[in-house]
Amino acid sequence: MGGIFRDFFDRNGAGLGIFLLVVVGFWVVILIILPQLSMLDFSFRHHLPPPEMGGPKDTYTIEHYKYLVLGAPGADTSYNVVDLGVFGRTLIAALFVTILDLVLCYPLAYYLGQSKGGGFVRVLVLLLIIPYWINEILRAFAFRIIFGESGVINEVLLTMGLIGSPIDFIRANIALYAGLGYAYILLMIFPIYNVIESLDRNQIEAARDMGAPWWRIHWRIVIPYAKPGISSGCTMVFMLSAGALAAPQILGGPSSLWFTQIIYQWFNQGGNWPRGAAFAIVLLLTCIVIVLSMMRLFKVKIGDIGK
Amino acid sequence: MSKGVDVNLENVWIRFGEFVAVREANVNIKGGEFFSFLGPSGCGKTTILRAVSGFLEPSDGTIKIGGKDMAGIGPNKRPTALIFQNLALFPLMKVWENITFSLEVQGVGKADRRKRADELLEMIALSDQGEKLPSELSGGQKQRVAIARALCAEPDVLLLDEPLSALDLKLRQHMRTELREIQQRVGITFIYITHDQGEALTMSDKVAVMRAGIIDQIADGKSVYDDPATPFVASFVGENNVFRGKVKSIDGDMALIDTNRSGTLLARMASAAKGTLKVGDNAMMFIRPEACKIATDTSPAHNRLTAKVKNEEFEGQIYNVFLEGSEGKEIKMSLVNIGQQRLSARGSDLTLEYAPEQAVALPAGDLASE
Ligand SMILES: Nc1ncnc2c1ncn2[C@@H]1O[C@H](COP(=O)(O)OP(=O)(O)OP(=O)(O)O)[C@@H](O)[C@H]1O
Ligand SMILES: [Mg+2]
Repeated sequence: MGGIFRDFFDRNGAGLGIFLLVVVGFWVVILIILPQLSMLDFSFRHHLPPPEMGGPKDTYTIEHYKYLVLGAPGADTSYNVVDLGVFGRTLIAALFVTILDLVLCYPLAYYLGQSKGGGFVRVLVLLLIIPYWINEILRAFAFRIIFGESGVINEVLLTMGLIGSPIDFIRANIALYAGLGYAYILLMIFPIYNVIESLDRNQIEAARDMGAPWWRIHWRIVIPYAKPGISSGCTMVFMLSAGALAAPQILGGPSSLWFTQIIYQWFNQGGNWPRGAAFAIVLLLTCIVIVLSMMRLFKVKIGDIGK
Repeated sequence: MSKGVDVNLENVWIRFGEFVAVREANVNIKGGEFFSFLGPSGCGKTTILRAVSGFLEPSDGTIKIGGKDMAGIGPNKRPTALIFQNLALFPLMKVWENITFSLEVQGVGKADRRKRADELLEMIALSDQGEKLPSELSGGQKQRVAIARALCAEPDVLLLDEPLSALDLKLRQHMRTELREIQQRVGITFIYITHDQGEALTMSDKVAVMRAGIIDQIADGKSVYDDPATPFVASFVGENNVFRGKVKSIDGDMALIDTNRSGTLLARMASAAKGTLKVGDNAMMFIRPEACKIATDTSPAHNRLTAKVKNEEFEGQIYNVFLEGSEGKEIKMSLVNIGQQRLSARGSDLTLEYAPEQAVALPAGDLASE
């Protein structure tokens, strides 16, 4: 341990070494550990009016976790069907958005990574980045407009005679999936692009020379090589989709809540921070478990992701 | 294994936009031949190989493999296997999977593939290394895996793009012999690319010497060395002392050259010079360092030169002696080390002579590097 530190200071010098340690320490302790610990602490407390906080009634409890699973005491169902349903649907929808993004982005990232620069590629990258100059709210409302009942898409489909009456993209959640997918496209493309760019073209040609059709080249050569990029892209898109708030709020259909909206309601309207915290922590842990088990399934090591 | 087939390039041109990478290549490679393309970096060797393997369509002309026109046939459909300059082994596949990838493509079952892999691994003397990843092998072992992988597809033509360039000298020499043996064993056509003339000369049945997209000469190694077709070949393959001048007279096979700086010298007309080199033409003549001897008789003759000893270099089996002739003309002479006494001191005069048949006269032209 001491050796590692000495080595670290030898390499970076005392000034830079201390600076790095302080910054990393601040990052880990103040920005990652402390806030989550306080949330964790919150989630195990009773929902009390402020005067009673710290009083004798302020003890640890698992009532909020119980509430998520079983519902309010004395409810007519034995499980909290509503919240659990929303929870499940959110995760499935986030998974769906992730897969959608992966399917869209992999070919694009492959194309970008294997074409040697060129004007067209630069324009394409710029086109992918520009949407991120526009703020989230504006983007979401703009989507609401174009996907609306009298929005551009319905108008075009109607005038082309492809549909008889306008499709309700909002109610069908199509606008939401499109909005979320669109919002995180870059987070999917760049990690994959990064790895594929470093893939030796000769390997692809060697496989082709040995008679492999394109799909086998991707299956056996490119995808295994791009796996770290694919998994970091998928992790980010999944985590962020499951945790998104603005897009579901604005683009979600009236009948479909996102789990984050329920959390937000507990924190905000309900003023019930402990319950909100408990719900948020369940969401976080579930997402982590899903990501880790996916990585296990596809044999990706956590260390590979940083590559 | 399948016997090798002919490969023919007929009037092949390859252009990249305005740039001409290969100019009017006409090459006939016989089945089972070890054929090398030799040339300096950037002369278009890889480009030709890519055209034969199908990664590139020639802009003009025809490529035939086994007599069949290959136009429009992709690399995965040609009876060729390419070994890349950097080998391009698949880093995430085990060695045995690498070797049998072509069988996997054909849908051969795992057990059969494994069996075939073991046979090939034995051939390349890596029997127990099948389970390793390529990154766990040494340079020479990777080399052999790449060869086995290419041979596994049982190609009619094996294309090798400077496969030995990454290896150190000893290993390179060892692999040369090994490659040659493998070629003789499997009997298929090898097309080999290199910028190392030693490699080309030792291994090949035929060598094509290339310069900036043009093939200057196609012949066996000895002819390329002893009877070069152009000044470029003469100066690129092996070492040569170059003398510029004009043809003074021609007598049968021999030409008398009035050199600019070294007097009149006699040389044999190269085959390519016969009929084209006339009296009065600008000519170049070439004398190999090893064709020079120290003359005992120092009287002037058309095969003698007097020069000052500038430097000498001991290489083990030979001494290289660097001399300075009249007007600063540099001459290199190589003497076999047979234990003779040391040469005359630096700065002293020396007369050297050569057998006129060992000197070559050609019409003047570009040299390999000036
Ligand atoms: N795709 C391409 N586009 C444009 N020019 C190219 C292309 N491929 C090769 N060239 C040019 O063609 C020439 C021949 O290239 P090639 O790769 O065949 O050289 P080489 O003889 O194999 O050289 P080396 O020994 O360095 O591998 C070079 O000048 C190169 O710049
Ligand atoms: Mg090359």
